[in-house]
Amino acid sequence: MLEVKSVSRDWKEFRLRGINFDVKAGEHFIILGPSGAGKTVLLEIIAGIIEPDSGKVILNGEDITHWPPERRGLAYIPQNYALFPHMSVFDNIAFGLRLRKLPKAEIERKVREIAGVLGIEHLLNRKPKTLSGGESQRVAIARALVVEPELLLMDEPFANLDVQTRSRLIGEMKRWREEIGFTALHVTHSFEEAVSLGDRVGVMLNGRLVQVGSVREVFSKPAREDVARFLGFENIIEGTAEGRKLRANGVEIELPVEASGRVRVGLRPEDIILSLEPIRTSARNEFKATVESVEELGPLVRVHLRIGNLYLRAFITRSSMLEMGITKGREVYVSFKASALHVF
Amino acid sequence: MGTRRDYTLYFFAAVGSFLVVYIALPLVVILLKQASDLGMLVKTLHDTYVLEALRNSLITATATALIALFFGVPLGYVLARKDFPGKSIVQALVDVPIVIPHSVVGIMLLVTFSSAILDSYTGIIAAMLFVSAPFTINAARDGFLAVDEGLEHVARTLGASRLRAFFSVALPMAFPAIASGVIMTWARAISEVGAILIVAYYPKTAQVLVMEYFNNYGLRASRPISVVLIVMSLTVFVILRWLVGRKANA
Repeated sequence: MLEVKSVSRDWKEFRLRGINFDVKAGEHFIILGPSGAGKTVLLEIIAGIIEPDSGKVILNGEDITHWPPERRGLAYIPQNYALFPHMSVFDNIAFGLRLRKLPKAEIERKVREIAGVLGIEHLLNRKPKTLSGGESQRVAIARALVVEPELLLMDEPFANLDVQTRSRLIGEMKRWREEIGFTALHVTHSFEEAVSLGDRVGVMLNGRLVQVGSVREVFSKPAREDVARFLGFENIIEGTAEGRKLRANGVEIELPVEASGRVRVGLRPEDIILSLEPIRTSARNEFKATVESVEELGPLVRVHLRIGNLYLRAFITRSSMLEMGITKGREVYVSFKASALHVF
Repeated sequence: MGTRRDYTLYFFAAVGSFLVVYIALPLVVILLKQASDLGMLVKTLHDTYVLEALRNSLITATATALIALFFGVPLGYVLARKDFPGKSIVQALVDVPIVIPHSVVGIMLLVTFSSAILDSYTGIIAAMLFVSAPFTINAARDGFLAVDEGLEHVARTLGASRLRAFFSVALPMAFPAIASGVIMTWARAISEVGAILIVAYYPKTAQVLVMEYFNNYGLRASRPISVVLIVMSLTVFVILRWLVGRKANA
């Protein structure tokens, strides 16, 4: 439905380079990347607010690269929601319908219908500045969806919300999509949004879209080391492989696949199991390690470990840390399955 | 223990109040003096020559404000939204009338437009517009700068043309700023003398008439017209400011 073909653009400090991807009808496509990756610039190019230096934007087979935004039929929700402050919630939602010169009764009906789906009927007479973050977000979504856009473009739609509102509204958005059936392109830096909403994900780093695929594919098989690092493979181990063995800093690790020469493997900190005694499990890699330091992260703690000259980071819960008495200098056993290793 | 008190603000207020008193004092004094000479005031208010001059002042200042609005809003919008080569020159040029002595403004206008503006309503408005337009232009520019451009972008993705987005989003939001700019333009226009004296001594405006009476008949004769001008200008100024303030807070 939407195709973005080798789009490049320099805009302020952002450099988009050769962006290629497509969004299929009915899909929720997520562009995931750290802040400063150029996600907003890409979204504004698709919306028609910024023109690309080169490349094409194709919508339903038509080249819309140089079309003005009002001709594209895409709805754009910026990160701050951009509600019109001088209009009531009703007038905000009705804005696009009035431009389409719909009869008054029809506008009234459509606004009330979408407000009903999004649960904001009681807010219709309010002014935007009296709304909470979650309410503002829903009004912005209503205003965008009421014109039945080909594609909904959302820039960090949940970033300005508190944690509880965010997870509630992420759940709500799934329901809205089932009810209304829109196609969405959504940029975010949050894995939570990508995993819970995305059908497919594109990972954007430094102005390039480095990997596109289904959520499961991208998260389980990052194509490159920088993607892996960004997605939370905090342990990147480099060594020399021979068959199924990897020698890294004097430690021998069993690999899930055969490899040879210099390779890097990624390991998620949550895939590492710590124990006080050697244990018999199916995990093929078990080492004796020293706790270098412990970093508290709320309910989780990050344990920095040293196996000979190899450093690893593992996540465990706070309660297991206390139960096992894990402190700096303590000797523990570290194990992980070979299948948890990702070879790049 | 004693409470810790911060005297800085009190000190600044004491220093700053000099200017408040300095501005208020002449206003109060001239009004009080005239109050003890009501006969002269009544006589002035029945003088058709004076009334004519007051009417000329009001009409020309209002026309000037409307012209500044018509040309200043588009210019302010461009200055707020677009970067172009020579923009800083345009910005500087807009502020130039503020630094040129007003008698010089009159000479410049006369040299440029000569008989086309000499002693006519056009001339009065030309002189007023030159010295007062910057207030509307700058206010419009600042007003548009304060409107998040993202709002216009969203309006456009919802189907509005650029012009439509301007009228339905940018203009209503910048309205209070633009309106106070226009009021400042009006106020500056009705208080202009220097350039008008040179360009258009006739048709007679009240500001010029005050000078003429002062030169010909002295302080006592020029005072009642001054008082009428003060009261009229302040009344219009205060009412407009109040209306705009009410709209801005609505």
